Amino acid sequence: MSQPDANVYYVPHKSRWPIIATIGMFLFMLGAANWLNGHDIAGQVILAVGALTIIGMMFGWFGNVIRESMKGNFNSQVDTSFRMGMTWFIFSEVFFFAAFFGGLFYVRTFVVPWLGGVGDKGVLTNDYIWQGFSAAWPTNGPEAIGGAFTATGPWGIPLINTLLLLSSSITLTIAHHALRAGDRKRLIGFLGLTILLGATFLGLQVHEYWDSYVHLNMTLHSGIYGATFYILTGFHGLHVTLGTIMLIVMWLRCARGHFDREHHFAFEAVAWYWHFVDVIWLCLFLFVYIL
Amino acid sequence: MSSTAQAIHHEEHRQSFFERWFMSTNHKDIGTLYLLFSFLMLFVGGGFAMLIRAELFEPGLQLMQPYFFNELTSMHGLVMIFGVIMPAFVGLANWMIPLQIGAPDMALPRLNNLSFWILPFAFALLLSTFFMPGGAPAAGWTMYPPLVLEGGSSIAFMIFAIHLMGISSILGSINIIATILNLRAPGLDLLKMPMFCWSWLITSFLVIAVMPVLAGAVTMMLFDRFFGTNFFNAAGGGDPVMYQHVFWFFGHPEVYIMILPAFGIISEVVPTFSRKPLFGYKAMVYATASIAFLSFIVWSHHMFTVGLPLGAEVFFMYSTMLIAVPTGVKVFNWVTTMWRGSLSFEVPMLWAIAFIVLFTIGGFSGVMMALVPADFQYNQTYFIVAHFHYVLVGGALFGIIAGVYYWLPKWSGHMYSNFWSKLHFWSSVISVNVLFFPQHFLGLAGMPRRMPDYNVAFADWNMVSSIGGFWFGATQLIFVGVVIHCVFFSKQKATARVWDHAYGLEWTLPSPPPHHSFTLPPVIDDSQLAHGDTSH
Ligand SMILES: [Cu+2]
Repeated sequence: MSQPDANVYYVPHKSRWPIIATIGMFLFMLGAANWLNGHDIAGQVILAVGALTIIGMMFGWFGNVIRESMKGNFNSQVDTSFRMGMTWFIFSEVFFFAAFFGGLFYVRTFVVPWLGGVGDKGVLTNDYIWQGFSAAWPTNGPEAIGGAFTATGPWGIPLINTLLLLSSSITLTIAHHALRAGDRKRLIGFLGLTILLGATFLGLQVHEYWDSYVHLNMTLHSGIYGATFYILTGFHGLHVTLGTIMLIVMWLRCARGHFDREHHFAFEAVAWYWHFVDVIWLCLFLFVYIL
Repeated sequence: MSSTAQAIHHEEHRQSFFERWFMSTNHKDIGTLYLLFSFLMLFVGGGFAMLIRAELFEPGLQLMQPYFFNELTSMHGLVMIFGVIMPAFVGLANWMIPLQIGAPDMALPRLNNLSFWILPFAFALLLSTFFMPGGAPAAGWTMYPPLVLEGGSSIAFMIFAIHLMGISSILGSINIIATILNLRAPGLDLLKMPMFCWSWLITSFLVIAVMPVLAGAVTMMLFDRFFGTNFFNAAGGGDPVMYQHVFWFFGHPEVYIMILPAFGIISEVVPTFSRKPLFGYKAMVYATASIAFLSFIVWSHHMFTVGLPLGAEVFFMYSTMLIAVPTGVKVFNWVTTMWRGSLSFEVPMLWAIAFIVLFTIGGFSGVMMALVPADFQYNQTYFIVAHFHYVLVGGALFGIIAGVYYWLPKWSGHMYSNFWSKLHFWSSVISVNVLFFPQHFLGLAGMPRRMPDYNVAFADWNMVSSIGGFWFGATQLIFVGVVIHCVFFSKQKATARVWDHAYGLEWTLPSPPPHHSFTLPPVIDDSQLAHGDTSH
């Protein structure tokens, strides 16, 4: 592959994929909103069309960029732009999770103690509105919304999942080193192992959710505990799912020999994303399960 | 010319209408789309404002039901913030940042196109709620639960529209960061960069840090409404005030997202027409960064009356007042740039001076409201309405208009009408004060905001304010005329430099600039830069 001149600016060709992407997103949201408002059939159809458009767009857009990359169109400046794009995208994802963690901390530090009678606000809320409610965590509030429930402890599936994700970060790093060393066999092996670890994590999480719903009566409706638990672990699980799909794409691209020792930005971007998902899980394990 | 540049040159002549505007990878075309969209939304949001002022012209209910009035105030806020001010700034960033840093385009041109095209669809979702059972969202642009959850079909559409707008502005800001950090011409150090680029770089970090938080807040709302969670329900251990905290953690930086780029524009315009370099360039950079940092630790000043613990009230009162320091630095530096300059009062300079005066008035009323005991009187009255319209109309919008009048000859290659643009200015600057200044008096006298009817004691000033409102709204039609005339009919060609003391890379290119601004990195000549170690 010849290197394009880094002293000449590169501007990509026109593309139809951005407008297709936005139509897909629009249909997806339009369908979801209609579905939520009770227009089930229409909503589901529009949502499905939107989702298929988005999936098709991803194949088209990424495929396009991959072909351009394989032709060697991108100079080092373009590479840096891609890296910055991914870095700051992950940064914004951190703040998305920060909103939910912030909610969790606020509830546990202030709201639940106040409801239980602590401080000036406790005098008003506890004495006049919810007399007799004593603060505890986990809680489903003064009216015990969702009924009695049991929280999953940290030392069963969550601990196993922590170990799975931690080791997947290690196997991914080994794969990355193998890629840089030009060892294709080792790369494909360890990347495959990473995917397996991620998929096992997801399987166990599904089992944990099922167990919580069926045996522990711990659901989305279980007051503030159920709400914060499912929104945090749920969005994390969604990110693991996306990360696993991205890893599978990388595995296929590695198998086809798309990357060489120097040029593998896509692989690194997915690796950053995976490590980010890993760090979020460690925060979850600590703040949602243990504390 | 290199072969790459020639290939690009050919492509420019072959493109169809659809290719040019829907598949664009060109920062100027996308910038134009952003600006046109925001201009259109200015009249949509402005139309809502006209209806609001018409209802408030006299006490009593004349034109509409109270619920529809609430829909109008809520949608006016959402449209003006997310549909006018933010897209206009992104449009200006698209046009000017590559020109100012010697780049060919934005760093990620296709993503840029996606960022723009999300917006019309997001606003289609949002505005369609007017025609739904239960009408548009009516709980104010801040969308506080539990009230907002009482709405009809609109809630899901509103939430998804907010998600789309968030995606759009996050992707746009990532692009701006990558462009500024990665595409500056060799030799154009960060501390030689125009203030407009600096203010947008800092704004971009605010956007990517707080828009996801807004997405989180409305996502919790979505779950509370449709999936039976209890985030904002105290009976389940949640708290409606938690929404306010998460929302304002987004909301306060958001007000700086809507003013910092305007600061950047004013910092470009004032030196040009003062024929002096900007006073205290580095201080301006640091002041902007300080404002951005402080904006993360002041959010509860929007919630002084919800029942915060005393320690929180005191902390947020002092941290808020602290912001007056770097903001004062900026105002001081603009005034000092003008001090002993050889001033001339072309149209962009008139808007810039009006900006400084009106924004300072809004800043002062902001400091008044930072005082907790005083805020208990001002809270939820027309005083706050007067305050944020002084900073958002007299500030953000006037800054945008100053920028448009400053750069329009560069974009179009033609000069605009001096007479009509000056008429636009004088009519706007007088009417905006007739419109908003009386609202201070109404607020201090106790008139609540978001009310379609009021005590007859407030009648006189409301009528004055409404007359100012219609006058200001009608005046903006002159703006449309000036822009259309300049782009399509003006015979007067603009020179490359346009203004005789304009410095910076954008003025080294012809007016209008070539399709791809710089195909090769330009050689930086310090004497042609506006800032840094310059010798002119
Ligand atoms: Cu604020």
